[in-house]
Amino acid sequence: MIHGQLFGFMFLMWILIIVGGGIAVTILGPISISGFGEFDSFLSSASKGLIAIILSGIWVLVLNKMKNLIFRKTFSH
Amino acid sequence: MTELILPAVISCIIAFFSVYIMMPPLIKYLGKKNLAVRDIHKKGEVMVVRPGGPALIVGVIASELVLYWFLQLNEILAIIITTYIAFLIGYIDDRKVMGGWFKPIGLAVAALPIIFLGAYDSNLAFPLFGEVQIPILYFAIIIFMIVITGNTVNSIDVANGIASGFMVIASFTLSCALFILENYEVAIVSLPLGFISLAFYKYHKIPSKIFPGDSGALTLGAMYGAIAIVGEVEVIAAVALLPAVLNSFLFLATVKKIVDHRELNEKPVELAKDFKLRATKNKQARISLVRLIVAKTALSEKEVAIVIFKLALFSAILAIITTFMMEFKI
Repeated sequence: MIHGQLFGFMFLMWILIIVGGGIAVTILGPISISGFGEFDSFLSSASKGLIAIILSGIWVLVLNKMKNLIFRKTFSH
Repeated sequence: MTELILPAVISCIIAFFSVYIMMPPLIKYLGKKNLAVRDIHKKGEVMVVRPGGPALIVGVIASELVLYWFLQLNEILAIIITTYIAFLIGYIDDRKVMGGWFKPIGLAVAALPIIFLGAYDSNLAFPLFGEVQIPILYFAIIIFMIVITGNTVNSIDVANGIASGFMVIASFTLSCALFILENYEVAIVSLPLGFISLAFYKYHKIPSKIFPGDSGALTLGAMYGAIAIVGEVEVIAAVALLPAVLNSFLFLATVKKIVDHRELNEKPVELAKDFKLRATKNKQARISLVRLIVAKTALSEKEVAIVIFKLALFSAILAIITTFMMEFKI
């Protein structure tokens, strides 16, 4: 049973990677800051970096919630 | 494509046999120097020599130099240098136990040759959704990738034969993905990693004659990460590595800080009277992949390895599905 949970959790991790990739492309892709001259590229990258860190944080939080949900009985065992 | 067959065959033969032939004298030498540690999952005082890293790095350098002679690719040099620095980091840690931050920082330095040699493409490709251009942010991803792959492969080295067997499955999966994506040159460059892992598995499987040590695990992990970057298959590589990523995630989720596992006193699993592995009842001990595997039933070391290999094969299938999904855009 626990082995089935492990396969299930890995499948969820995979789904999260696919969905996370989609969000990254949709949100990060179009970001382009202009009007700051030679700093445009730097500011675009910095904002992409910031959003990427926030998205990664959310990704880890969701994964942690799922881990607790799936393995709750096992942990208490 | 056909002109790549000869270098591929030669490099794979060199990769496999250099490790296979070097390992017995290395085991003998390490035994003489008394560089051995107790195998904690065995009955009695079973000592196993370590590290196997020096033989692995010879295999990497010899096979990849042959490929460089044929193909003259900067990407090959980047893989060799990155892997060699990761080996040195691991070797220092093998000889003298360093703090928890040593390996992540060392591996970050190991990633720099990929940047300096320009052996990357700053577009990050995702399945179904296409690419995202992140020119400056991609430097962070390169460093992050090498740190993650090096440490996760090191973390999956939990019992006899697991790290090497796991790397056989993951690295051949990565090679398959590169062939499917028609990135033939990097696919061939990636093949020696699988053959090196396979040759090492012969000596690392139950009962182990040698342990990889940090030098061996970081060599395999960093080379895997470097191939993923130069081959532009970062996401596929991460999927193929999912069981190891899960193990690292469980470690960080319960320990909540970056620390070497040797610094933790409470072990996640313990040896039962019948010498099977069972989950500890100590609530202070961290959660690990092995602890989850043996949570309900105590299993032998071999049975634990089989479960992890099944998880690795499952993630390999997901990685191949991901590869085919790269061809489609929604």
